Amino acid sequence: MNEPHHDSRFQRWFNRRGWIKITIATPYVWLILFFLLPFAIVLAMSFATRTPTAPPFSFGGDYPLLNTRTYHRLVEDSLYIRAYLTSIFNAVIATLMCLLIGYPMALGLTRVSKSWRNILLMLVILPFWTSFLLRVYAWMGLMGTNSWFNKLITSGYNYLVPAEDALRYIPMMNTNFAVVLVTVYSYLPFMILPLFANLEKLDFTLNEAAMDLGSRPSRVFLDVTLPQSVPGIIAGSMLVFIPASGELIIPSLVGSSSRPMIGRVISDEFASARDWPMASAVAVALLLLLVVPLMVYTYFDGKAHEKIKSSGGADA
Amino acid sequence: MTDIPAITIDADLQSASVKKSAEPSFIRIEGVTKKFGSFTAVNSVTLEIEKGEIFSLLGGSGCGKTTLLRMLAGFEEPTAGRIYIDGQDMTDLPPYERPVNMMFQSYALFPHMTVAKNIAYGLKHERMTAAQRDDRVRNMLDLVQLTDFAARKPHQISGGQRQRVALARALARQPKLLLLDEPLAALDKKLREHTQFELMDIQDKTGTTFIVVTHDQEEAMTLSSRLAVMDKGRIMQIGTATSVYEYPQSRFVAGFIGSINIFDGKVVSIGDTTTRVHVPEFGGDIEARSVEGIEDGAQISLAIRPEKLTISRTNPQSANSIRGIVRDLAYFGKDSLYRVALPSGHIVSVNSVNARRIGENERVADWEDEVWLSFDPNSAILLKD
Repeated sequence: MNEPHHDSRFQRWFNRRGWIKITIATPYVWLILFFLLPFAIVLAMSFATRTPTAPPFSFGGDYPLLNTRTYHRLVEDSLYIRAYLTSIFNAVIATLMCLLIGYPMALGLTRVSKSWRNILLMLVILPFWTSFLLRVYAWMGLMGTNSWFNKLITSGYNYLVPAEDALRYIPMMNTNFAVVLVTVYSYLPFMILPLFANLEKLDFTLNEAAMDLGSRPSRVFLDVTLPQSVPGIIAGSMLVFIPASGELIIPSLVGSSSRPMIGRVISDEFASARDWPMASAVAVALLLLLVVPLMVYTYFDGKAHEKIKSSGGADA
Repeated sequence: MTDIPAITIDADLQSASVKKSAEPSFIRIEGVTKKFGSFTAVNSVTLEIEKGEIFSLLGGSGCGKTTLLRMLAGFEEPTAGRIYIDGQDMTDLPPYERPVNMMFQSYALFPHMTVAKNIAYGLKHERMTAAQRDDRVRNMLDLVQLTDFAARKPHQISGGQRQRVALARALARQPKLLLLDEPLAALDKKLREHTQFELMDIQDKTGTTFIVVTHDQEEAMTLSSRLAVMDKGRIMQIGTATSVYEYPQSRFVAGFIGSINIFDGKVVSIGDTTTRVHVPEFGGDIEARSVEGIEDGAQISLAIRPEKLTISRTNPQSANSIRGIVRDLAYFGKDSLYRVALPSGHIVSVNSVNARRIGENERVADWEDEVWLSFDPNSAILLKD
């Protein structure tokens, strides 16, 4: 009985001191300082002119404000377009693989007993306790031509194909395959966790109801579980696809240098070529490529929700 | 007051059970037991239910009624025993192969499907044309009066409407048996009464056998043709609402259904129709209708329902009358509840219908009044345990 009184006093203090405004403002300040401002700088830089100075760009000269050279090159030079395509392709494959592997795992997590669930969840998160770089190096070791892993796979391959096609080893390192494999390995938890959070909330009674109405378990999954897990699938796919498409470390360490990914291109432009305007343009284009579809999705998703709300007046 | 002689009732109940064994029942549950680890949820239950009945499983939470229902639906496998529906052994069939549908307590409507799609869901596994299916859905919507809401999603309709969608969805496949898990529990009181009659009406129209699980004794008594009272995984008594209410066979059933006054006593003498029982609380002997299987001198419980007691200011000069003092009274309009203290200190509840209109201070008895309580020997229930 004392609680509401206590609560309201706390609330009054909270409001009077302007704490509520600070609480709301903090994330916005953060976003402005560390996302919007740097993005504005990068955007401005992409329209600058490259100079042999430090920093290696300037405004003025022949192009006082907007030098669109970088964007012209972006569409004209097939290197960039190929790099974008490789990145998107690798990211799409990695996302699909993560979904195929992660969905059964997430579903399995919701079906086991509470004690097992905690242990298994721990195991999903456990890789984060070691350095990401270290884990990529481990994969490099595994994929190398002399590793037991490569030998195992090679002998399996040789067992299946005729003797004249037998290989001494399978070249895995420095291929797109290696990039996708390590990306899937690295980002799998980002698929499992949102999917698990979504699937865990689903009411199992609905599955029983579908079964009661004549559906076999496989049918129940397609009719009940899958449609209801779409938000989890979207969330997990975003979390995998967006960083995977801009990934730098994995393609640099295990990828093929003849088919660079976009993260590698940005890094090279900044560091090796010292063409900061070009690097910025590549980065801006990548961001637009990733953010615009997301914004469109959010817009239509929000609209759909509004529609439900406005027509949701249940007449009792 | 029931003035029917005891023997006739017993004979009736017996003849009913004899008739049943002549041909096998529509639904037979034979010695079904369900254990979860060391906990026995359902303990060797045997039950026979006829076609077209509304049968209620009544009991408190944890009595095993829901587990029994889930075994009928196929969600739980019995540890022992068999279940037959319409002569077929259902025990090992999965839920999707049983001619049984269930209306879930939470309704379990598919949130991503419209009302019509929800109702049509079970039909896609039936061998029927699209036109037949649409027809069936339309009939079902008609039956539950939701034709105008066919295109709505479950969250866009009210709780009562959701309940009717759940019923229509479960009935759409024309199951041999419909299971209802606390069908009215989520509705408010007014809607519940209305829906109760609607359910009975729909059952009448479709002729489907209903098994209803409920903890609400009033619901069970009005809805069902017969009911089973369950406790700790066992069936305590099976019968019509009247037989369970008026002729309970155990202290548990007597206390669970309605309110009741229970006294300890000792059998003094056994007559043809009545038995004399010494009840220390009353400070004397009373007469009660005889029951089978009691012995002279045995300890026994005497139970009497509050409405079977007559309250008066003067000594009624009849066999079973006791003196007491009114400690409390509650006026409900159509009836009043008196709480009368016996000389021994024991408090007895008495329910008295206010059949005549009375003015202020014209009541039969008032606070601290000395009154006489009396009852018909036929109304007194003797319980062996």
